[in-house]
Amino acid sequence: MTLPEFFGCTFIAFGPPFALFVFTIANDPVRIIILIAAAFFWLLSLLLSSLLWFAVVPLRDVLVFGVVFSVLFQECFRYIIYRILRSTEQGLHAVAEDSRITDNKHILAYVSGLGFGLVSGMFALVNLLADMTGPGTMGYNGGTEIFFVVSAVQALSIVLLHTFWSVIFFNACDNNKYVQISYVVGSHMLVSLLTLLNAQELYKTTLLINYTITIGTGVLAFRAAGGSARSFKRFITCQ
Amino acid sequence: MDAHVNATSSSGGAGIADGLSGAASRLERRPKQQQPRSNYGSNNVDQADGAILAVPNVVIRPSGSGSGGGGRPRLSGGGAGGPPDAQAEEEQGLKYGAQHVIKLFVPVSLCMLVVVTTINSISFYNSTDVYLLYTPFHELSPEPSVKFWNALANSLILMSVVVVMTILLIVLYKKRCYRVIHGWLILSSFMLLFIFTYLYLEELLRAYNIPMDYPTALFIMWNFGVAGMMAIHWQAPLRLQQGYLIFVAALMALVFIKYLPEWTAWAVLAAISIWDLIAVLSPRGPLRILVETAQERNEQIFPALIYSSTVIYTYMGTHYTPQQSQPTGISSPSSSNSTTTTRATQNSLASPEVAPAGNNSRASSSRSGNTRSTLTQDTQASAAEGMPLVTFKTHLRGNAEAAGFTEEWSANLNERIARRQIEVQASNSGNSRRSNEYRTVTTPHEGAQQEGQEERGIKLGLGDFIFYSVLVGKASSYGDWTTTIACFVAILIGLCLTLLLLAIWRKALPALPISITFGLIFCFATSAVVKPFMENLSAKQVFI
Repeated sequence: MTLPEFFGCTFIAFGPPFALFVFTIANDPVRIIILIAAAFFWLLSLLLSSLLWFAVVPLRDVLVFGVVFSVLFQECFRYIIYRILRSTEQGLHAVAEDSRITDNKHILAYVSGLGFGLVSGMFALVNLLADMTGPGTMGYNGGTEIFFVVSAVQALSIVLLHTFWSVIFFNACDNNKYVQISYVVGSHMLVSLLTLLNAQELYKTTLLINYTITIGTGVLAFRAAGGSARSFKRFITCQ
Repeated sequence: MDAHVNATSSSGGAGIADGLSGAASRLERRPKQQQPRSNYGSNNVDQADGAILAVPNVVIRPSGSGSGGGGRPRLSGGGAGGPPDAQAEEEQGLKYGAQHVIKLFVPVSLCMLVVVTTINSISFYNSTDVYLLYTPFHELSPEPSVKFWNALANSLILMSVVVVMTILLIVLYKKRCYRVIHGWLILSSFMLLFIFTYLYLEELLRAYNIPMDYPTALFIMWNFGVAGMMAIHWQAPLRLQQGYLIFVAALMALVFIKYLPEWTAWAVLAAISIWDLIAVLSPRGPLRILVETAQERNEQIFPALIYSSTVIYTYMGTHYTPQQSQPTGISSPSSSNSTTTTRATQNSLASPEVAPAGNNSRASSSRSGNTRSTLTQDTQASAAEGMPLVTFKTHLRGNAEAAGFTEEWSANLNERIARRQIEVQASNSGNSRRSNEYRTVTTPHEGAQQEGQEERGIKLGLGDFIFYSVLVGKASSYGDWTTTIACFVAILIGLCLTLLLLAIWRKALPALPISITFGLIFCFATSAVVKPFMENLSAKQVFI
C-alpha cells in the first residue's frame, strides 16, 4: 500500500503543476531560468523566516509566529522578484526568443509564481513523500489515515495559489492596485493560518475554505490576466 | 551566453586581423584550434600540422572577421557587416545563451539524479569504511576540533596532489608529450569504465538482490566498457558520448562520496572551488596557461575531459566527408585527425571549394555534426551559440591519476575542475570564425555551416559535473530531501550567474566557485535551520 500511496500523493500534488510545466514552461529556456530563479528567491525567503524562527528560541514551539513572518517574507520576496523582473525586462526582451514573454507581462508573473509554488510545495511535501515509501506508517499510533492524502491535496492548493497570487500581485503592482496587493497578502496569511487547524484534524474545514479561496483567487487571476467570462466560454468551446 | 560568444567572435575577429594578442584574440584563436581538433588522437607531428594549418585559417579569417559574429552565420547571409553586427550579434548570442544554459542544466541535473538515486538506493556508497591513500586522517575521533584538523590536513594533501598533477599535465602539454597525456587519459577512463563500473554493477545487483553469473556480468561489462572507450576517445553518436561522459562523472562523484571522510569531502569542495578560482583567474594560473597554450596551438582540449552539447571530435567528420577526409578518418583517430587537417589545408590552397575544407576538418566535423544535429536540433542551436567551458586539460591530468588510484582521480578531478574554466568566448569566437569562413568560402556546403554551428555548442568540464554531484549527493546522503533540493536549486542558480558573468566579462571563468559557494551555504543552512522548521510545519500539516 505504501508505494501506490506514494505515487498517488505525488500525482495529486505535482501532477497538475507538472503538466503546467511541461506545456507552458519546458519549451522556453528563458522561462525555465526564471522558474528556477523564482524558486531560488522562495528559498531565500524561507531561509530568512527559518533563521528568524530559529533565532527566537522561546517562540519555537509557537508555529503561528513562524508562519506569520514566513508569509510576510514570502510576499516581500515576491515583490523583490517583481522589481527584478521588471527592471530586467529590456534585457529579457533581447534574450527571449519568444517575444511573448515580454509582450504579455502575465507570462513572467505566471512563471515566477509557478516557481514559487513548485518549490514551496516540494519543500512541504517531499520529506513526507519519502516517508510514504518506507515501512508502512499510515495511521499508526492512533493517527489519521488520510494524513498523507490531505497533505498532498493541500500542497496542490498551495502550488496553484502561489501561481495565482503572483499573477494578481504583478498586475496589481503594475497598476498600483493596492487592494489587490493586500488581497494577495491577506489571503496568503489566511490560508497559511487556516492550515494551523490541520493539527486538530479539522480537514474538512481547512480544505473546503482553502479550495474556495484557491478557486476564487484563480478567477481573480484569470480576470487580472485579461480574461473574461466570454473569453473563457470561447476557450472552452475551442473557438 | 550567446552574446558572449558573438561579442567574442567579433572582437576575436578584429583581434586576429589586428594581430593583437589580447585575451579575446586568444580565445578566438581556439576556434582555429578546433579545426585541428584531432588533437586528441594526434601525435606531436599532427599538432604541429595543426599549428601550421592554423595559419591558413588565420589568413582566411580576415574576411571572416569582417563578417563579425560567429553566432550570426546562421541567421545572416555572408554579407553581414562588422560594427553594426556587433550589437545584433550580442542580442542573438544572448538568445542562444538561454538555450545554452538549459543545455547545461539538463546534463548537470541528470548527473546529479544518477548520484542521488544511487546514494539513496545503494547503501554501499553511503558509508565510508575504506579510505583513499590521499586522506591519511580518517576522522574517527568524536572531537569536532580533531575532525576539523583532519579534514583540513586531508584536503590540503588532496589539493597539493591536484596542484602537482595539474602542473605535471601542463608541463607535459607544454613539452608536447601528447602520447603521454593521451595514455594517461585513456588509462584513467579505462579504469573508470571497467573497474569502477564493475564495482557499481556489483553493488547495484547486491542492493536489489539480483543474482547474476560471471559470464553475463563480463559480457555486459565488456560491451559497456568498450563502447564507452570508443565513445569517449574515438567516435560515437553525440547522445551516446554525452551519456557516457555523464555516467563517468557520476561514477567519479560516487567514488568521492564513498571514499572521502565526511568533513574532508566538504573541505575538499571548498578548497577545490578556491583552487579553481586561482588556477583560472590568476595570471600564471596553470589552467589559464593550459588554455592559452591550447589556443596558441589552435588545439582542442582533450574530449575525454569535457562534456559538449555538440560534437567534439574532428575526425567525426570523416564519416561524412568521403572525398577529402575519408582516408584520414579511416586511419587511427590521431593520425586521421592530423591528416584531415592537413588535407583540408591543402584543399584550401588548391581550390576555393576546398578552402572550406581548409576548414575541411571543420567541415567534416560539421558534417558529422550535421547528422548529429539532425538527431538533435537543440544541440545545433546550442552549438551556434557556442559557449564552451574548458575542462579538457584538467581532465587529462585527472584521467592519468585515475588510472593510478581513486585518490589520484580525485586530484585529477580537481585539476579538471580548474581546467573546466569556461572558455565559451573562445569557442564561440572560433565557431563564428568558422561559420564566417564557411559562408565566405563554401556557401554550397550547407552542411559545413551547420557543422560550424554545432561546434559552437556549450562545453563544461567533467570536473564541474563531478563536484556539483558530490555536493548534491553528499547533501542527500543525510536523508533530507529539502536539503537536496535546496542544493540543486542553488547550484543551478550559481551556474546561471557564472554564465551571466561570462557574458559580461567575456573571459574564461571557473565554473565551480559561485555554484559551490551557493551550494555549501544552502546545504548547511537548510540542514541546520530550515529542516527543523519545515519538519515542524509538515508534522503539523501547516503550509506556508
